[in-house]
Amino acid sequence: MAGIIDIHNLDVHLGRGKDAVHAVRNVSFSVKKGESFGLVGESGSGKSTVLRAISGLYKNFTGKINIDGKVQNQHKGVDFYKNLQMVFQDPYASLHPRHTVDQTLSEPLQIHKLDQVEKRIRTALERVGLGLNFRFRYPHQLSGGQRQRVAIARAMILEPRILLLDEPTSALDVSVQAEVLNLLTELRIEYNLTYILVSHDLAVVAYMCEQIAVMNQGQIVENLSKDQIMKSNATERYTQQLLAASKGYDRDAAGKLLQF
Amino acid sequence: MSLIQQITEMYTPLLNVENLNVEFRNHAGKSIHAVRDVSFSLGQERLGIVGESGSGKSTVGRSILSLIPTSAKIKANKIALNGVDLLKLSELEMRQFRGNKISMIMQDPKHALNPVMRVGDQIAEAFRLHNRIGRAKAKQKVLDILNDVQIRDPERVFRAYPHELSGGMGQRVMIAMMLIPGPDLLIADEPTSALDVTVQMQILAIIDDLVRDKGMGLIFISHDLNLMASFCDRILIMYAGRIVEECRASELSQAKHPYTKGLLACLPTVENSDQKLTTLNRDPAWLE
Ligand SMILES: Nc1ncnc2c1ncn2[C@@H]1O[C@H](COP(=O)(O)OP(=O)(O)OP(=O)(O)O)[C@@H](O)[C@H]1O
Ligand SMILES: Nc1ncnc2c1ncn2[C@@H]1O[C@H](COP(=O)(O)OP(=O)(O)OP(=O)(O)O)[C@@H](O)[C@H]1O
Ligand SMILES: [Mg+2]
Ligand SMILES: [Mg+2]
Repeated sequence: MAGIIDIHNLDVHLGRGKDAVHAVRNVSFSVKKGESFGLVGESGSGKSTVLRAISGLYKNFTGKINIDGKVQNQHKGVDFYKNLQMVFQDPYASLHPRHTVDQTLSEPLQIHKLDQVEKRIRTALERVGLGLNFRFRYPHQLSGGQRQRVAIARAMILEPRILLLDEPTSALDVSVQAEVLNLLTELRIEYNLTYILVSHDLAVVAYMCEQIAVMNQGQIVENLSKDQIMKSNATERYTQQLLAASKGYDRDAAGKLLQF
Repeated sequence: MSLIQQITEMYTPLLNVENLNVEFRNHAGKSIHAVRDVSFSLGQERLGIVGESGSGKSTVGRSILSLIPTSAKIKANKIALNGVDLLKLSELEMRQFRGNKISMIMQDPKHALNPVMRVGDQIAEAFRLHNRIGRAKAKQKVLDILNDVQIRDPERVFRAYPHELSGGMGQRVMIAMMLIPGPDLLIADEPTSALDVTVQMQILAIIDDLVRDKGMGLIFISHDLNLMASFCDRILIMYAGRIVEECRASELSQAKHPYTKGLLACLPTVENSDQKLTTLNRDPAWLE
């Protein structure tokens, strides 16, 4: 394996005693530089946990996480975080309720001692389609989609090399989603960025990613190419059921779903 | 009479909103007219609201429940549930309505849960508020409910705190809590945005059955156009605080308003997978 991200036999246990959860089980995958890798699967299957482990939020995992050839645990200096940013699933929890948009965006710039603060903030807001009149608002004065755009702007303002995106567009309407996806695609090409994208929207994942891993109960049950997702061409029954359900709501089909 | 009106007439209107306007004030004292002249009625049906971020969807939902900050101005000719004008209720009466007749699943599930209370205790509390039963029985009920919303290990989740749940698990706990009182009206604001499509389908089936069998009315707010088209009966499309179009859900793909068409064109599909996605060019004329 020679990816910019190499995950090998990753296991994560969370919780304690009888409430311990084996949230990630023997997960391995590799993402090449400049590639966009998709993670999909059941709610609670461990997708966010995989991203959190990669971004260094857990100490107690087993297996290997290599980023850019270095073992993840060894070099979590300030640079590590500058190069690897995560957009969290829940924009409500990840924005500080008493920080304005301006404070939220300038904080990482201060931590990493970057210059041209004013220009960077303006560019970041513009890129995610928020006008300057949003700059001094608090989170509670923003709609759900507007908050998510602030979260994306905050991750991108440091110009990272790797972006971990946890449901980055699920709170966005389709027009902003299209803008954000176009932006992510442009940035990826321009700066040769690498993405891991978690999403429940299979059309979004197929649009953005070359390779997609399907998770169920902590494990990767199947790896698919973009083409296979678009043609609904899967081998595992769990994946087949997932692809079928993505076609839309159907009461009869809902009653016949199996648990895997 | 248009077909849509005919269909509407067949239902008894459960909810009637007439000329709703909501204005917020921002830090500089500037007013934001978030909802403009919104009127609609709802029967025992599944009504969808779509529209871009900031178009006022959540504000419409929160207005029905009077959950708007006091600094904001809310005006309407009426907001009537089963003929009772909600605007005329006292704060105390409104609270009773909120607990019993109307439930709202908020867009930010974890925000709506108490972070320092175990999930099971929160649901049990909601349950015991509406049913006279003992602790042991309530616990069994809660485990059943968690099971209904497809939680795999109800016992563990019962003892968990909200931050120990995944995004979609938090959403399902919230949905379970809001369904407990057996409301006449359910307002669901992006209730399934964190759920995978199979669990989503199972949860929607529960809500669907309540509409069909118990005559509940549903307002369903979502950005997922394909889901709306397949799940709802009728759809309102909002733009900049106004309803700009209304259509039967099954006919969403033939929508007429250029804004709605524009939204539909933004979706990634098999055909456009190697092209830049279409974005929306907003036309000032849509504001009129
Ligand atoms: N802090 C924690 N303590 C204990 N258990 C946790 C904690 N965080 C997550 N879990 C558990 O780990 C499992 C995986 O959660 P994770 O958030 O990774 O799921 P997910 O695939 O991202 O789901 P979703 O699509 O619903 O967001 C779940 O069973 C969850 O309850
Ligand atoms: N408390 C508030 N103070 C000031 N402005 C507010 C407040 N709450 C909402 N707004 C503004 O009102 C408008 C409508 O917000 P609302 O939350 O109803 O949008 P929405 O259609 O639900 O959007 P989304 O799809 O992003 O959730 C937005 O421009 C928002 O910024
Ligand atoms: Mg998650
Ligand atoms: Mg909203």
